[in-house]
Amino acid sequence: MSGAQSRAGSTAPFANVPVYVVALLLTVIVLVPIGFVVLGGFRTTGQIAADPVGLPDPWVRHNYVSVLTSSAFWRQLGNSMIVAAIATGLVVTVSAMAAYPLSRMQFRGREALFVFFTFGLLFPVAVAALPLYLLLRQLGLLESLLGVALPEAAFAIPITIIILRPFMRAIPAELEDAAAMDGCGRFGFFLLVLVPLSQPALVTVTILSVITSWNNFILPLLVLTDPSKWTLPLGVAQYSSEHSADTAAILAFTTLSMVPALLFFLAAQRRIVGGLSGAVKG
Amino acid sequence: MTTLDGSTAGRAEARPAVVRHRRRWLEIGVFLAPAIALYVVFLIVPVVQAVRYSTYDWNGLGALSDYVGLDNYREAFGDPAFRQAMEHNGILVVLSLVFQLPLALGVALLLNRRMRGRGLLRVIFFAPYVLSEAITAVIFLQLLQPDGLVDEVLRGMGLGALVQLWLADLGLVFYTLFVVITWKYIGFAIILFLAGLQGVPDELHEAAAMDGASSWQSLRLVTLPLLGPTIRIWAFLAIIGSIQLFDIVWIMTLGGPAGASSTMATYMVDQGVNSYRIGYATSVAVILFAVCFVFSILYQVFVLRRDVRGGTTRMAG
Repeated sequence: MSGAQSRAGSTAPFANVPVYVVALLLTVIVLVPIGFVVLGGFRTTGQIAADPVGLPDPWVRHNYVSVLTSSAFWRQLGNSMIVAAIATGLVVTVSAMAAYPLSRMQFRGREALFVFFTFGLLFPVAVAALPLYLLLRQLGLLESLLGVALPEAAFAIPITIIILRPFMRAIPAELEDAAAMDGCGRFGFFLLVLVPLSQPALVTVTILSVITSWNNFILPLLVLTDPSKWTLPLGVAQYSSEHSADTAAILAFTTLSMVPALLFFLAAQRRIVGGLSGAVKG
Repeated sequence: MTTLDGSTAGRAEARPAVVRHRRRWLEIGVFLAPAIALYVVFLIVPVVQAVRYSTYDWNGLGALSDYVGLDNYREAFGDPAFRQAMEHNGILVVLSLVFQLPLALGVALLLNRRMRGRGLLRVIFFAPYVLSEAITAVIFLQLLQPDGLVDEVLRGMGLGALVQLWLADLGLVFYTLFVVITWKYIGFAIILFLAGLQGVPDELHEAAAMDGASSWQSLRLVTLPLLGPTIRIWAFLAIIGSIQLFDIVWIMTLGGPAGASSTMATYMVDQGVNSYRIGYATSVAVILFAVCFVFSILYQVFVLRRDVRGGTTRMAG
């Protein structure tokens, strides 16, 4: 399907027409909902009610300005960033450390321990959500961003170790010998050789963890009831139910909360797509 | 073994073997301890606790004293509302495989060629996957309002008769949610399949063409078998995701109206948070986990393992 035809396609320009039709159709399906939200933010609720399909006329900045000048939006953005930073920093650090002995040292129980870690892949956060809520209550971590970040990090450990282990294993043993001869202990080798050389895999797991944490909904929903502690997903959902009469305000709020994720995606998209192909081939 | 012991052999020779041994375990322990601690405290303990709580009648406060054995499980399986939620999860699994797979595969095959704007198309198709479930849910909540964008577009195309109460009609609401879910996740499938297709060498198609294979035969006999592992991994993720679905449903409908769009997870949170029946809700969580667990094991044994063996024989042969 691909090979011979793609070559023919480059010589016969119209062979690709059906392809472009499908591509255009899908692009419309993907972009119309997003465009509706972005443009709707520039309209008034009255305009939207009168004609949901129309363009802004006149364009109003009011909705965006009021979101951008509200402390709620910035606080939620900040909270999301704090949670993502703590969760990602933690999971990448502890998983990289654990992946080192799990990939490069011989000790009894190594494979069993690895299986024990991969076991966690089977538990969605939802299964543990209620007991986690009770545990966090005992630890005094309800209404605290740390209370969201710690379980997020724990649930990200399995996939992070699974990605890091084969990568670390593939680094040649000669480097470890050379480092030892230069007087480098285990910790020196880990910090000065293994971590820098594992950078591509570390970037992949960092991106994965940031996205997972950024989008997490159920855990903040249970743990954070104080509006000043809400993360963006929680804030967007609550805003939409609280201001249900003011469509334009909802659309502006939703648009602005999409921006960080889309910017992050544009910056990291090569890594994400590359990481996926790597995961499939490996 | 040789690397490790060899690396420190020079210095270690003078020291007694016991000290060396102890030091090595200490080092291993230092590297492993933080991950084990975090994992056990915030993942293993809550999961084990879930199993324990599920055998009590408990509101989350007060003493854990009212042991009821398996009564919570009996009640769950006897509750028509929970059976309905399980059924919804089952329907979702089937719908995902029947609609999303051919759609994503078709698009990936179409796009798997040198064409202008391919990079841009990938970014566009993947964009919904990057948006959080919460944002997706809020967007479609607006689009699907009565007389909202979807209704107006249908009327504009002269299809006004098709307009429905998308999120209020008991028979329709779940399928509306399925469309939203497809919008959100189809891009991931397309990107995954495109990545898999890059691993199918052009030479195989050329060889097939030289042997007189039509492009349909080439697709069926060369491309699809080589794409098999990717498809099976996607199917695994799609099924597990369908069993665990929560966020989009909770934000758009709370599982309603009258449970018409409930899933096991929304039923669980509803029982736990709104009715304070923590013991009962955790029994639902355990059932949810058990379903995922059994499915994962069966899938590993019957689908993925055969996959690996097939892959190696193919490579060897």
